[in-house]
Amino acid sequence: MKKMKIAAVAAACMFCVPVIAAAGCTAEDETVVLRVSNWEEYIDLGDWGEDEAIDIANPYTDEDYIMGVNSVVDDFTQWFNSQDYGFKVRVEYSTFGTNEDLYNQLNLGDVYDLVCPSDYMIMKLLAQDAIQPFSDEFMDRSNPENYYINGVSEYIDGTEDSIFGQYGWSGIAACYMWGTTGLVYNPEKIDEDGKDVQSWDMLVNPDYYKSVTIKDNVRDAYFAALSILREDQLNAINADENMTAAEKSKARSDLLNSTAPETIAEAEDLLKEIKQNVYSFETDSGKADMVTGKVIGNLQWSGDAVYIMDQADEEDTELWYSVPDSNTNLWFDGWVMLKDGIAGNKQRQTAAEAFVNFLSRPDIAVRNMYYIGYTSSSASEQVFEYFDWCYGVVTDPESEDYYEFDNVYVYDVSYFFGEDSYIYLDMDLLNVEGAVQTNKYADDEYVAGYPVFEGGTVNKGRQAFGQYPTSDVINRSVVMLDFGDDLAAINQMWINVRCLDVMDIPVSTVVIVAVIIVAVAAAIVLYRFRFTIFYNRKEKKA
Amino acid sequence: MTKTLKLRFNRKQLCIPYAAFLILFVICPLLVIIYYAFTDGTGQFTFDNLVNFFSNGNTLGTLLNSIGISVVTTLVCLVIAYPVAYILARSKFRKKYVLLMLFVLPMWINFTLRITALKEILTAIETNIAEYPFLNTVIGMTYDFLPFMILPLYTTLSKLDKSLIEAAEDLGANGFTVFMRVILPLSVPGIISGVTMVLLPSMTNYVVLDMLYNSTYIMGSLIGSYFAAYDWNNGSMISLILLIIIFIITLATNRFSDSGESGGRTVL
Repeated sequence: MKKMKIAAVAAACMFCVPVIAAAGCTAEDETVVLRVSNWEEYIDLGDWGEDEAIDIANPYTDEDYIMGVNSVVDDFTQWFNSQDYGFKVRVEYSTFGTNEDLYNQLNLGDVYDLVCPSDYMIMKLLAQDAIQPFSDEFMDRSNPENYYINGVSEYIDGTEDSIFGQYGWSGIAACYMWGTTGLVYNPEKIDEDGKDVQSWDMLVNPDYYKSVTIKDNVRDAYFAALSILREDQLNAINADENMTAAEKSKARSDLLNSTAPETIAEAEDLLKEIKQNVYSFETDSGKADMVTGKVIGNLQWSGDAVYIMDQADEEDTELWYSVPDSNTNLWFDGWVMLKDGIAGNKQRQTAAEAFVNFLSRPDIAVRNMYYIGYTSSSASEQVFEYFDWCYGVVTDPESEDYYEFDNVYVYDVSYFFGEDSYIYLDMDLLNVEGAVQTNKYADDEYVAGYPVFEGGTVNKGRQAFGQYPTSDVINRSVVMLDFGDDLAAINQMWINVRCLDVMDIPVSTVVIVAVIIVAVAAAIVLYRFRFTIFYNRKEKKA
Repeated sequence: MTKTLKLRFNRKQLCIPYAAFLILFVICPLLVIIYYAFTDGTGQFTFDNLVNFFSNGNTLGTLLNSIGISVVTTLVCLVIAYPVAYILARSKFRKKYVLLMLFVLPMWINFTLRITALKEILTAIETNIAEYPFLNTVIGMTYDFLPFMILPLYTTLSKLDKSLIEAAEDLGANGFTVFMRVILPLSVPGIISGVTMVLLPSMTNYVVLDMLYNSTYIMGSLIGSYFAAYDWNNGSMISLILLIIIFIITLATNRFSDSGESGGRTVL
């Protein structure tokens, strides 16, 4: 048997030699350079430890686990060049820190073929006619290798009712990661019934004076401010039974995307209050401050929230994620091709589309999710399995992940993965209101013997809730659009918030500074003319 | 043949590399800044940016805030550094270079690392560092800039001619008079260069502020925020104003240090 294997390998090698040689020839002909710019730390860089292998069969590499050995970019290059595209590709991968940085780079003349900005920046680029739409082949569902369109959740893209369909981004952008915004908090240090973290109000709540942080980013800050200002109206919309879901969604969007001058002025006053109350406006330090316990709460994007909770678990601190009852910001980061970069070059466009499809390949999507903590747009089987593998309850006492728990909650993510998609969660990892016990799942041996609950609403939870929020959180979410022409006014508002207004300088400070200046000046004058004043004689000449 | 091979350039030609550097990286960017400062988004000539700066309470407040922080930082640095430099320069300790090295050593470590460490120390002392933003900023800046104050002071004080002090003592001056009338006036050039090296950078070093959670902008962060919002024009104008302020301060201090060297009597 063994000998036969060796013979087979040898035969395979002999067949391969001419193929490789032939491939080698074409490689010299053409190499297309694909210039990609992505967020920092937003892709799997590989180099995982042996013990990190994810226990899910990978049909794309014929391995029974999913694991990042090389970086995804290298894997793409290798895969692409082994395919029969008629040309080779080399990826020039670079990163940016904020959407504004990317926009500035593009304006200063940097050329990229494929970039991954957020929703509003896609709108901005689209308005400037800078985006090259994806080809019809890319959006063709009949080709099984079009992993993006075949894998993406119907909730996000691919149908008319999907978010991308509604906003007209379908075929323009390919969603990469998505999520919500909410508050990461330490449950031991907040009020007992946890009401405080169910409202954005926590940011101005004097009980948390100097112990919550907010993003140092005008969009997130403005959204939080409007959410606090409009909380009553938003709650009224949520509770209104006469409105349809579409009407509610529009009403919310109108409230939170308002850029009227009086709204901006209101937000400015509130943000000044927030500035007095918060620990800091953070760009990156918020994660560490949360884990080390310097702050109690932190406005955070869901993906980073998952990352923070994972980090804190390693330090034996238990952190939770809450999405306030009134509303949340639903955001997307999507791949778009740029006209300046592609410049009508068909091969380059093919390479760019292949790159997006490669990132959407289920095993790669899982690798990225594991590595960066954010949630992929892919609703494929492997991604769902990964979700279950990460957070699903373990009922087998033999397993090393097993621990004792009381109740099982049926966590429904059908809105994303399609009908009847749910995982069993330990109910202590969620804060569920109004769940009912059910016998529907009694046939499932996996949870036999445990009390099983379902339904109700979830507003706080641990990693699973951060990764995929429940459908009622989704229902109260709002996509934050580009500010358009009002951007300048909002930027000025932000500068006003962050600067010290002359009028705000306390009178006591002015008096003290004036007294000091006068005293110093007087001392100098007295010393300088001491001979004339005290001894009544002329100054000595040197 | 041998004559042509001979290296023949005069001393003036030695500064060609520096001149090239100066033109490329100082003069050219400066011209770009001036261009942006006096144009609007469409490239039309305008004074609006200048008017904006002086008519907006927020930008003026930021200017005052920056000046406040940098003046306090400089004074604190001076008060700490002068005695240290004096003791070091006067000490008979044979290994005083080791001591000096100890003060300069922190400069070798990347300053973001130092500030990160400082943050932890301050947290241990104050429990919540966000409550004292101004104090923390001054501490952070002092920590960062202290060596820049010690070094010039040390150099000036160690070069000071001891015979002048002995002469003053022989003439009956007590310790205080010797210090006030001999040592202090003679060390003015050191003070001036120390002050310049601390005052000017601390007006714009906003990384320290950010890291120590002072959410109120200073000039550096204000310029940064304008640039991040694609507003090159207002950002350039503020840079230009800052540049002019720095220029005036340098001019004034130069006058002081010139007169300082010729006896120092004119200062006090």
